[in-house]
Parts: sequence; C-alpha cells; structure tokens
Amino acid sequence: MSDTHAQTVAYVRESMTEQREPPLSETGVYKWIHGNMLSTPLNVFLTLVSLWVIWTVLSHVLPWAVFGIWDAASLTECRAIRDELYGADGSVACWAVISERWQQLLFGFYPPEGYWRPVLAFVLFLAAIAPILFSSLPRKLLWLTLAAPFVMFWLIWGGTIWGPICIALGFVLGWAAIHYSGPRIGTLAAVILAIVLPLIYWLVIAGPLAQALSTVLPIGLNPVASREMGGFMLALIIGISGIVLSLPLGIVLALGRQSDLFLINKVSVIFIEVIRGVPLIVWLFTASLLLNYFLPPGTNFDLMLRVIIMVTLFSSAYIAEVVRGGLAALAKGQYEAADALGLDYWKSMRLVVLPQALKISIPGIVNTFIGLFKDTTLVVFIGLLDPIGLSNTIRASTDWNGIYWELFVFIGLCFFIFCFSMGRYSLFLEKTLRREHR
Amino acid sequence: MTTMTDPPGQGFRLSQLIYDTRYRSLTIQMVAMILLMLTFSWLVVNTITNLHALGKDFDFGFLTQPSGYDINQRLVEYDSQSTHGRAALVGILNTLLVAFLGCALATVLGVTAGVLRLSNNWLVSRLMAVYVEGFRNVPLLLWIVLIFALMTEGTPAPSAFRGETPSSSMLFDAVAITNRGVYIPAIHFAAPLFENNFYNWLLVLIVLAVSIFVVKRIAHWASVRQEATGDRPTTWYLTLAILVLPIALLLVLMGAFLDLPSLQGFNFGGGVHLRGSLIALWLALSLYTGAFIAEIVRGGILAISAGQSEAAYALGLRPGTTMKLVVLPQALRVIIPPLISQFLNLTKNSSLAIAVGYMDARSTLGGITINQTGRELEGMLLLGLFYLVLSLAISGVMNVYNNSVKLKER
Repeated sequence: MSDTHAQTVAYVRESMTEQREPPLSETGVYKWIHGNMLSTPLNVFLTLVSLWVIWTVLSHVLPWAVFGIWDAASLTECRAIRDELYGADGSVACWAVISERWQQLLFGFYPPEGYWRPVLAFVLFLAAIAPILFSSLPRKLLWLTLAAPFVMFWLIWGGTIWGPICIALGFVLGWAAIHYSGPRIGTLAAVILAIVLPLIYWLVIAGPLAQALSTVLPIGLNPVASREMGGFMLALIIGISGIVLSLPLGIVLALGRQSDLFLINKVSVIFIEVIRGVPLIVWLFTASLLLNYFLPPGTNFDLMLRVIIMVTLFSSAYIAEVVRGGLAALAKGQYEAADALGLDYWKSMRLVVLPQALKISIPGIVNTFIGLFKDTTLVVFIGLLDPIGLSNTIRASTDWNGIYWELFVFIGLCFFIFCFSMGRYSLFLEKTLRREHR
Repeated sequence: MTTMTDPPGQGFRLSQLIYDTRYRSLTIQMVAMILLMLTFSWLVVNTITNLHALGKDFDFGFLTQPSGYDINQRLVEYDSQSTHGRAALVGILNTLLVAFLGCALATVLGVTAGVLRLSNNWLVSRLMAVYVEGFRNVPLLLWIVLIFALMTEGTPAPSAFRGETPSSSMLFDAVAITNRGVYIPAIHFAAPLFENNFYNWLLVLIVLAVSIFVVKRIAHWASVRQEATGDRPTTWYLTLAILVLPIALLLVLMGAFLDLPSLQGFNFGGGVHLRGSLIALWLALSLYTGAFIAEIVRGGILAISAGQSEAAYALGLRPGTTMKLVVLPQALRVIIPPLISQFLNLTKNSSLAIAVGYMDARSTLGGITINQTGRELEGMLLLGLFYLVLSLAISGVMNVYNNSVKLKER
C-alpha cells in the first residue's frame, strides 16, 4: 500500500466523474454522414457528384419502369395508351412486350403444353447438383446425381424412355467390367475391357434393344426437336452440359499438363493454349462451318449437339487451368505422402490429390461456368435462338418493331440474377474454404 | 549364405514394358503417340475426302485475288479492287484499333472504379459496386447490342441539326453526335513537311518522345542535385517549356489547324467520322472489361497488408507518398498479370464486332472473304492463327514482366 492517502493530498479526486454522452458530432447519423460522406472537401465533392448521378438515373428510370404499360398487343397500341394516360411526350416503358412474349424468351418455340418438362428438368438439376455443392447433405443423394442426366435428357427432348435407359446401361456395363473382372484379369485388361465392351454395346446392341423395348412397352413423351428450343432454356442447356461434360476432360488435361511424360505434357499444353488463344466465336463458326469437313463424309448431326461439343472443348481448356491452379495450390507433402504410402499414380490422384485439389478449385469452376453461361449468347451468330436472338426476332416483328430497352432490361435482369447469385455462392465458398486452410 | 539383395533374373522381358516403372512411361507415351497419330490421320483423311467430294482444294491463292467488296472503315488504303489479303489486313488493323482503344479506356475506367470502390465515401463505393456487379454479370453481347441500339435509335439524325431553331446542337460547336456516328474535329496541316501524312504524324510523335525524354533527364538531374546538396532546384518552368515549345513550334511551322465538322448537304462533312459501330463496340468492351479491372485493382490494393501502409506512416511518409512508394509498387506486382489477361480477353472479345457490323478481322477474313470464295477451311485457319499469335504475343509480354518483377530471392 502506498503511504500517500487520498485524504492527505487535496488534489486527488476521490470518485469517478459521471460518464457523459459523447458530443453530438461523434454519435449517430451525424457522425456516420460526416465520417462517410463529408469528411474532406474531396469527399463532399464526390458525394455531390454521386447524388447527382443517382438522382439523374433514378428520376428517369423509376417513373419509366413503374408507370409502364403491361397490357397491350403491339407497340402502336402501347403508344396509344400512353398518349391517353400521360400525353405524347410521356416516357414510360411498354412492358406489354414482356407480358406477351416472356414464354418465348424463356423457352423459345418449345410446345407450350410441354413447358413443365424443362422446368421439371431444371428442378431435377438443382436437386442433383445440391449434394455436390453442399457437403452436409446425405451422400445417398449422389445416386440421384448419377441418374439425373439421363432423366433430364428424356424430359427435354422427349421420345421413348428406353433410349436414355439403354445408353445408361452401357455405363453400368463398363462399371461391372471393372468391378467384377478386375480382380481376375488384372487392372489394365479390365480398364480396356470397360472401354471396349460399352462401345460395342452402344454401337451394336443399344439401338435395336431400345427399339424392341419401346415396341413392347411404349412409354414416352412427345419428341421435341432441338431447333424448337431457345431462350434461357437454350442458354442453360448449353451452359450446363458444357460445364458438366468439360469437367472430366478438363481434369485429364490438367493432369496432363502437370505430367512428367514429355509427349502427354506437350499435347496438353498445345491443346489448352490453342483453345484459349482463339475467341469462342471463331470456335463456334468452326463448329458450324468446318466440323463436317473433319468427320466421315455423310455425317451430319444436330447443330445444337455440335455447339455443345465445341463449348465442351472450349471450357475444358479453361477448367484445366482452374484445376491446375488447384493442383499447384496443394502442399507438396500431400503428393509425397501418397507416394510414401505406396499408392500408384492413379490411386494417389483419385484418393489423395484430386479430392483436395478439386475442392479448392470449385470457386474457379463456378466462375468459369458464369463466364460460359454469359458466352452462350454468342450462339445467336450461328443461327440458334438464344435470348438475344429471340429479342432480335421480336424487334423485327411488325407488332414490336422499334422496341429495345424493355427487352434488354428483361434479358439483362435474368442473366444478372443468375450470374450474381452464382458469384455470391462462389464467394461464400471461397470464404469457407479459406477458413479451413488456416 | 545367399544375400537377399541379389538382383532378380537379368534380361529384358516384355512384361517390364507394363509393370516396370522405368519403361512404363515409355510405353504410355508410345501408345498415346500412336493414338494421336491415328486420330490426326483420320481427321486429315476425312478432310481430304470431303474437300475432294466438294471439288475444292487446299490453296491460299485467294489471298491475292481482288476482293470485290468495300470496307467502310479502313486505316490503310483499300478499295474493292484490292486483294483479299489486303482486306484481311484492313480487318486485322481494325481489330487492333478497337482493342487498343478499348484497353486504354478500360484501364482508366477500371482503375478509377477500383480505387473509388475502396473510398471511405459510402455513397461512392456503393455506386462503384453497382457498376462493377452490373457489368460483370450481364453478357457483353447484350451491352454491345444495347449501346449500338442507343447509338442508332437514341441519337438525332443529321437533319435535326439544320434550320433556324435546330432540335439538336453540337457539343462545343465541335462534336456532333448523330445516328450516323460521331463527328469530332480533325487536325490538318496547311503546310506539311512531307507529302505522305503518315510521316508528318511520325515527326510529331518523335518530337514528343524527345521532349519527354529530356524532361525525364531533367527530373533525374534534379534528383542527383537534391541528393548532393539537399535542396531540389525548381524545374517546373523548364519542364513545361520543353514539353510545350518544340511541339507548338512544329505545329505552327506545319500550319496545323482544326477541321471542325459541319453540316454539308444531308450529312456532316469535315472532321473525323467515328462510326456508331466502332463507338458502341469500344464503349461496351471498355465498360465491361473495366468492371473486371476494377475488381483486380481493388484486390491488388487490398492484398498489400494494412501493415505496409502503417509502417510507411510510422516512418513519417504522407498518404500520397505512401501510395506511390510503398503500396503501388507492391500492388502492381499483384495487379499487372491479371490485368494483361484482361487485355487479352478484351482483344478476343472484340470479335463480337459481328453484332454491330464493325469490320474487324473476323468480319473481313472470317466473314465476307469466306462467303465470297467458299474457302472456309483456309479462312478460319488464318483467322485462328491471327488470334493465336496475338494471344501468345501478349502472354509472352506478361511472362517477361512477371520475371522482371518477381521477388528476388536467394
């Protein structure tokens, strides 16, 4: 204890002064506004400019959008209604074009009574992708993921159900070949068998089998041709199948680029660089103009299928770079540990390296998908009816000639909602993954 | 006693090709090589058969034949009697032009938006977030088509500028924005030193470059002097004089004057005519890529830890100096590589010119030329090669830069 007592020294305060409210300028709205908007002359200037920008945009856009006309059959009718309500110089949107044509923008020329099919396929897709995206869901759902592609194909294109089933059987056959014959004839022979057997099955047996089954038990939906599909449905079909199909190819390419084998390495590098060096639009023109040259004479198949093949090759190069980033980000100790356990190359990749590398790459894969989804609009140039192509058709029709803002706002909003939410998901993923690594 | 380390039976057995890791890689590569060559020869045989069936051959001779079509925007001499090769050159130059303009504007926009998004002004940072997210999440093609529609349908016709009380007027009496494009003033020389205008401009550029070089030397001299004596000589008037006087002298000598656009007949004449297609493509590419660059710049500045700037403040540096000497040199190392790959993306995306009818390489070489000569294979091959060379050149530059700025570690 000190010798000096408070009572002996006159100037020592004995009790705390009462806590006072902070000054008005340091609390609440005033402080926030002052600190965030008006702290320096430059800040004041920036605030004024931003307020002016916001006012200019909102004062034009809000009345235009809010007072828009929803019910009209053509642009002339729309303008007549506008003249009546707001006078000739009133600037309001003509949303009637959306309310009349939204189905076309979403589904293209898909038969209206079948709209439930693509919608159901999309819901199925969400259900199938969920167990991959959120690891907290039960693993049993992965069976749904495996079955989904065939069901979705059947729902969208229709036709007999036996076609997709017979194709799926080929994969089962391949799996069975590895699983049952593997222990007896050795891994290498089993792998070769698993490739050859389904190929023979698909080429020789699958077609007649599906035909026979469908005559015995005709279950099917109305078939729909690819050229009747359009709008956002087309963008989603091309985008999703492109990304899903390109994943395995991209992983193989990434492994090839990391490989020590000279030839494999160089082939992968050349493939990736050539694909990435040339714009997608050139590849799409290649698909529509040149693909027939490279295939046996007389081969001719669906333009949409050609586009999907090209988009798959294109995005596989980008996926490969993303996966390569994931492989490089993995600590070297993981590779060495797998080697030390005596795992061979494929086992160490499958059991140790790839599960971790792919997990790191998911945000990058999602970003690639966003880019690809936006790029699907380019198919308009080779004659497929994506949303922008449909908007051109609508603008060219006599009813809606001269309209553009409303259509572009609608299309832009749809793309924005889709891409923005995926972007947020990828950010969320990046955050959770980063925490795990610290 | 036999040792356990006795080598197994000598001699090469065929099964070693598969089970011995020393030889297995060789086997795999041989198999891959054979498969690859089989695929290639299959493709080539198919192509040859198909070409033969169509009665075509593989020949680049069409490049020297007259093209027979006109190109509305050209940087070099060209008319419909010029060759297809010349048309391709015009297209390539147009691609490079819009790519260059786009990269420049996108960098300005992106850096501004990225820095402003980090501003502590709440309103500004939110506004920039809206810009970045809005442009990043909507397809580029939509922006191009939208801006082009604005340029053609939202702007007045040249006739609106006519009459006693015109409904539209030119900006500062010098720039006319019409639905046929934008007209801006041009600089002409009344008494040019060379016949060919190109050399006149080259001379102007050389004089500018020399001035800038001298100014740099002066700054260097001032720094040396400051280090030796402690105070920095005042050089701003010298700098200003060296920058302005020679170029002004040269321009006066050559009789430079501004050629303002003016209404002539049904359209504007004089000045430089920027087509709506070029402007729409340029603006859309820059705004779109600018949004990506903004994120790169923001990420780069955020990546330099707060500790770096705090350390600089602790040393007594002012905010501007801190930015210039501490944060930016480190942030640039993070920013430049993705920035260059954005430039690459912009260049490749310029092939979307097809949406607005801008005559770039794809529209001339990969479009009209192919349609007129029926040489899809050769045309697409050349077009792909052009983009590939461009990409490889840009990524080569990036690699050189990466090596020059990478952390020098021992």
